[in-house]
Amino acid sequence: MRSEVREALIAKLTALADDEVILAHRNSEWTGHGPILEEDIALANIVQDELGHATLWLGLRQQLDGSDPDRLVFFRDADEYRCCALVELPKGDWAFTMLRQYLFDLYEALWLEAARHSSYQPLADAAQKIIREERFHLQHTHAWVERLGQGTDESNRRLQQALDMQWGYAQQLFVPIPGEELLVAEGMVPDLALIKEGWLEHSTRHLRNAGLKLPVNPGYQPTTRTYHTEHLWSLLAEMQSTARWDAEAEVW
Amino acid sequence: MTTLPNTEQVWKALAQIPDPEIPVINVVEMGIVRDVRIEGNKAVITMTPTFSGCPALHLIRTQLEQTVRSLGFQEVEVQTVLSPPWSTDWITPEAKERLRQYGIAPPKPRSELDTLIQLEASPTPCPRCGSLGTSVKNTFGPTLCKALYVCNSCKEPFEGFKTV
Repeated sequence: MRSEVREALIAKLTALADDEVILAHRNSEWTGHGPILEEDIALANIVQDELGHATLWLGLRQQLDGSDPDRLVFFRDADEYRCCALVELPKGDWAFTMLRQYLFDLYEALWLEAARHSSYQPLADAAQKIIREERFHLQHTHAWVERLGQGTDESNRRLQQALDMQWGYAQQLFVPIPGEELLVAEGMVPDLALIKEGWLEHSTRHLRNAGLKLPVNPGYQPTTRTYHTEHLWSLLAEMQSTARWDAEAEVW
Repeated sequence: MTTLPNTEQVWKALAQIPDPEIPVINVVEMGIVRDVRIEGNKAVITMTPTFSGCPALHLIRTQLEQTVRSLGFQEVEVQTVLSPPWSTDWITPEAKERLRQYGIAPPKPRSELDTLIQLEASPTPCPRCGSLGTSVKNTFGPTLCKALYVCNSCKEPFEGFKTV
């Protein structure tokens, strides 16, 4: 593998893992506080799966550069993270959380579906593995969008408010990272422009069917993944605190 | 001088390790152990994760290693493979029956699902009374591999294995 391709692949795997880790941590804030017990359990399951996916992505990175996944997650500062801003936003209300998870799950499912054909076999294998879990997430959050959108005036209003806020942020999922074009040319990762087409088609149809209006105002304008919202700092402060107090802590 | 066990005996020993979360079935009939290879006095075990975030994976890996070491191998290597991805189709028919007796509805054949978004294809029979009048209460359950159901006939809630 040429060194610039290798560097780009390492960066891409890091971005994939960072989205999963940060979204998982955000959603874990609902554990013990879910609106009903079943949903508390469901979201905790989804979180656990997303962490599993991050483990796989960082495992692939480890094969390339020998980096330790735990070090990367617990000892990098915010400005070294490569997650998108969407996953950093505070959890908000249930509508906000479910909508974000739906928009993300749809992107992830479509991306994985295409990535199963990656020319980089370890990535193709991981995608094949992860998509089997992702199906359950999408099913779940797809249903929640419909339920909240068509539920009461209040649930529709809250979901609409979440959509107005998140729509612009969600577009960042389709902004290639620097060097990604090399990976696309090698057939290693799917072309985000194509994934976006499918995502727009599915999401707009489903959101409209759920009684929502697509935002006229685009809102947040995606920039690079080196730029983060202030929310990432406080999230990491909490998530990394134990590891940074005692890096050897293993017994719990 | 002691002789080391052959692959068949290693498989047998591994089949004594219960799944940490569902102890009525073992890690071999669960389809987690994919291969056993012996190279001189070294044993190489290949395993595959069920769900990528399953917290029992570390424990299973340790138990595989300890079991093989206790058979007398000086060197033991446990490798993880992702491909082909683990499927509930690999759970043996006997193990599926034991799951049912234990109160967990066994997974269905994978051929029943092929689309990205699908609704419940065929009803899941209640593991206690056999009724098909059951409904899903939650696609997520107490472990990553199970969903929660309720039987409308005997009114009992039960867990069912997800089909993957």
